[in-house]
Amino acid sequence: MKTVKSSFKFRGGVHPDYNKELARGKAIEKMPVPAELVVSMSQHLGAPAKCMVKPGDFVARGQVIGEKNGFISVCVRAPADGKVKAIEKRLGPAGGMADAVILDTTAKPDGEAATAAPILPPLDWRAASREELLKRVEDAGICGMGGAGFPTAVKLNPPPGKRCEYLILNGAECEPYLCADHQVMVERADRIRLGVDIMRKVLGQPAVRIAVEANKPDAVAALEKAFADIEGNVEIVVLPVMYPQGSEKHQIFATVGRVVPEPPALPIDVGCVVENVGTVAAIADAVELGEPLLSRVTTVSGDAVVEPKNILAPCGTKYADLVAFCGGEKVPPAKVISGGTMMGFAVSTLEIATTRTTSGLLLLSSKRVFQYASGACINCGRCLRACPMRLNPAFISKVVDANDVKAAEDAHVMDCIECGACSFGCPAYRTITQSCRRAKASIRARIAAEKAKAAAAAGK
Amino acid sequence: MKPKETAEHYILSSSPHTHSNASVRRIMLDVIVALLPTTAAGVYFFGMPAVWTIATCVATCIVTEALCRLAMKRESTIGDLSAVVTGLLLALNLPAGIPLWMAVAGSVFAIGICKQVFGGLGMNPFNPALAARAFMLISFTGPMTTWLKPFWWRTPEAMTTATPLASMKTLFAAETTASASPHGLCSAATGGLPAIWDMAVGNIPGCIGEVSAIAIAIGAAYLLWRKVITWHIPAAFLMTVFVYSLVAGGAPAMAQVLTGGVMIGACFMATDYVTSPITARGKLVFGFGCGLICMLIRQFGGYPEGCSFAILIMNSVCPLINRWTQPKPFGARK
Amino acid sequence: MTIAVLIIAGIGLVAAAALAVADRYLAVKEDPRIGLVTAALPGANCGGCGFPGCDGYARALVAGTAPNGACAAGGEACAAAVAKILGVAAVATERRVALVKCCGTRSEAIRVGDYNGICDCGVAAMTAGGDKGCTYGCLGYGACANVCPKGAISIHDGLAKVDKRLCIGCGKCVAVCPKKLIELVPASATIHVLCNNPDKGPAVRKVCGVGCMGCHLCEKNSGGKDANHFTFNGFLAKVNYENPPDDEQIVAKCPAKCMSVDPHFESGH
Repeated sequence: MKTVKSSFKFRGGVHPDYNKELARGKAIEKMPVPAELVVSMSQHLGAPAKCMVKPGDFVARGQVIGEKNGFISVCVRAPADGKVKAIEKRLGPAGGMADAVILDTTAKPDGEAATAAPILPPLDWRAASREELLKRVEDAGICGMGGAGFPTAVKLNPPPGKRCEYLILNGAECEPYLCADHQVMVERADRIRLGVDIMRKVLGQPAVRIAVEANKPDAVAALEKAFADIEGNVEIVVLPVMYPQGSEKHQIFATVGRVVPEPPALPIDVGCVVENVGTVAAIADAVELGEPLLSRVTTVSGDAVVEPKNILAPCGTKYADLVAFCGGEKVPPAKVISGGTMMGFAVSTLEIATTRTTSGLLLLSSKRVFQYASGACINCGRCLRACPMRLNPAFISKVVDANDVKAAEDAHVMDCIECGACSFGCPAYRTITQSCRRAKASIRARIAAEKAKAAAAAGK
Repeated sequence: MKPKETAEHYILSSSPHTHSNASVRRIMLDVIVALLPTTAAGVYFFGMPAVWTIATCVATCIVTEALCRLAMKRESTIGDLSAVVTGLLLALNLPAGIPLWMAVAGSVFAIGICKQVFGGLGMNPFNPALAARAFMLISFTGPMTTWLKPFWWRTPEAMTTATPLASMKTLFAAETTASASPHGLCSAATGGLPAIWDMAVGNIPGCIGEVSAIAIAIGAAYLLWRKVITWHIPAAFLMTVFVYSLVAGGAPAMAQVLTGGVMIGACFMATDYVTSPITARGKLVFGFGCGLICMLIRQFGGYPEGCSFAILIMNSVCPLINRWTQPKPFGARK
Repeated sequence: MTIAVLIIAGIGLVAAAALAVADRYLAVKEDPRIGLVTAALPGANCGGCGFPGCDGYARALVAGTAPNGACAAGGEACAAAVAKILGVAAVATERRVALVKCCGTRSEAIRVGDYNGICDCGVAAMTAGGDKGCTYGCLGYGACANVCPKGAISIHDGLAKVDKRLCIGCGKCVAVCPKKLIELVPASATIHVLCNNPDKGPAVRKVCGVGCMGCHLCEKNSGGKDANHFTFNGFLAKVNYENPPDDEQIVAKCPAKCMSVDPHFESGH
């Protein structure tokens, strides 16, 4: 095991104000279970889970309330004991509507005493087979906790003919304000170590690269200690501080120098599997303790919060409860963001609840909020230089403004990772990233329509 | 009846939710700051006529911009300072002694015809200041080619003169007939040219802002430091001029670079965002094209100076260059 | 001078000969009916039939791969003319126009955020689900107006309105609306329910002053369930356009005020 500096530097990237000092070094605080939980059936990428309970049912902590529904899907378990109040369509952090189970955690079933037994039987990872371990990751409802929420069991089981050569742990956390992963690495380095051991076994002993940005020396020290005795090709790679260092493609390039080709290629096509550090710790808990993924660490920060904190809260905690746990609002926020400032989602209400992918909740006062304008592009090229995917965001945004989605597609808009580096530096305050999103959504809709048409034609 | 709304709404926007604070206004302010040294040099060498020309152009550009926006019923854009930059650049590309009404006509043409007619900042195909200069050069050829001598008030008997470019043109001609003419990097003693040092500080006749190469270089260094411009266009432009004149002979290569509009053209006019390519490779092609056309005009053209025409011609092919030099995405298949 | 004239004349002769040869040997044989059908179609090239323009539809009609009557813009007269050319029986089609099933204007429906971004309903809906309290309602950012080939849609008080006279029923607005609240309805129908929110009454009332609460009064007032003038989806009434109601009294009796008699906006008013 050794610690090295990243020897590959990708082109592009920006340096936003990190504002990490607000929550940096704040020990993870476990939040008591709030009176009401809103547990979404769509906390991951892929098909939403199928709801298995009905209003009036009592559920126990860890009970499956949503069943895995398809290949790319994971189950949802109750984050706490309680009574199902209702099942409703609720607005999710990303703006989509999904079925959610509303749990009243104050109501307890009569007679039955709560048991302290583990939810799933603990497994000895050395003795367990690869299939058993994969099944456990799936049963525990684990999905990527970095943001996209890709089902982890699917990722750990590469398709036939593809081998994982490198397991890359994403601890870059390049998003401003967020310190959740940072704090997990500092406090739970031993769990990450165990998770790596388990994942290596599942993936056939690949080499391991742990990517951490240089602004987290305490995390590097904690990981060095936890991984001191690990065998094989394991390196902690210290990345230069640069946004978007945490992007999967750029992290693969920064750690092992490989370039993931254009979509639909995946990291596994270049022999890499990238997992967020929080996910790795969750795998360790699921296997060794039999504890499914029911809660996660979320950074609550921003200049409108009384006391920024890193909170371990059940998945399904309403934002209002998180804010109350942090002492409430210092000033009325002008913008509330689920996630970080570069890629997070603005939300309209604090009634929205956390999911497994909620890494942060930011309340920003009007001082920290800027307004987009519809100014003309002055062709300055800042977005080109900032784009880590080396696209031409200025061109794309101009043609999307003119409703010419085809031209945007020809300019590779589908490669866009929506990191926001283009809009961040735009002197005309143009909505470049949103233009890319618009083009991508429109192209995806067209492709889906074409597929449906082809399927209908084939059906005839 | 409308239900009650919560008093305060959160702002809803797509990510990113943070900004670098770069703004058009700040960029234009940087350009103005970068132009101050050469403006000061122009005033130092040409005195009050330079001051009046600059003031007239800037004021006329601002007023024209305001009136155009008013006429088009669009929001005012004076605040972004781009009209000030256009006015200043135009003034710096005019001879100091030009009648002020001509400066007014040029400024109105720059903002009205070359910029606002196309929809304002960001839409104009040609650099407004240069297009206006070309317009004035054709319309008012005499006054536009009458150059005040630096410190003209010291020699009241002969206040005007020809620029070194005219002498350099004859050197090209001499070169083709008698190739024995000595040429080199800095041997400026030939053909009655001023000393290289005078060309560098600006002690030569010419437009207000183009004479002092050193002042322009200071401004360009500031723009590079502030990351307002990149090195590509100035480097490609100047290198092309330099290498061309080494190969083609005639006046010394350094003299070709230091006189006329090459320095201000390469650093301030060709680097105009709107009318230059956006990609790095495109910028190199653009700079090369500007330098080449400029030198071709200087050697073979009807005018002694071709810098502004070179940049205007390259402006017109800028969309084509952009199209040819699209970047290849990270991970794109070949 | 003479030489010049001769050269020009020569070039003209050679070119004419080339054209004559090309016309004779390179001519593309085309069914003459394609031209006739194209002429019979309205020539709006709206694409509403699903083919690339009127010419594309005409080719498909002549080839027999497209059904007659798919041209909403041309309507019955057009279908009849096409049927005559192709020698088939005319199919009766009714003119259909777009209806925006929302009446939650800015003065009636609440907003829950200040949207700051591209003026397009699709991306606005992707941003926190849109800034309208009602997640089913019209956002009013004009995606439909932008795709309308006839300029029949405009935005009034945060709500899209269709000009019935201009609408050709091509359905482009139906496809582009992220809230799926535009529907093609028979042009002859006059009574409409202008709401798209299937939630329970109290939930609707919280976000909109003119949302349908599913009280079934419209059904009761139009002759009861058996009259079959309305269908219900959750707590949302919908006019049964196969059997539309004709008693305009029921509109005034709607307690939610979400019904209207001919809500189509007419430009010029």
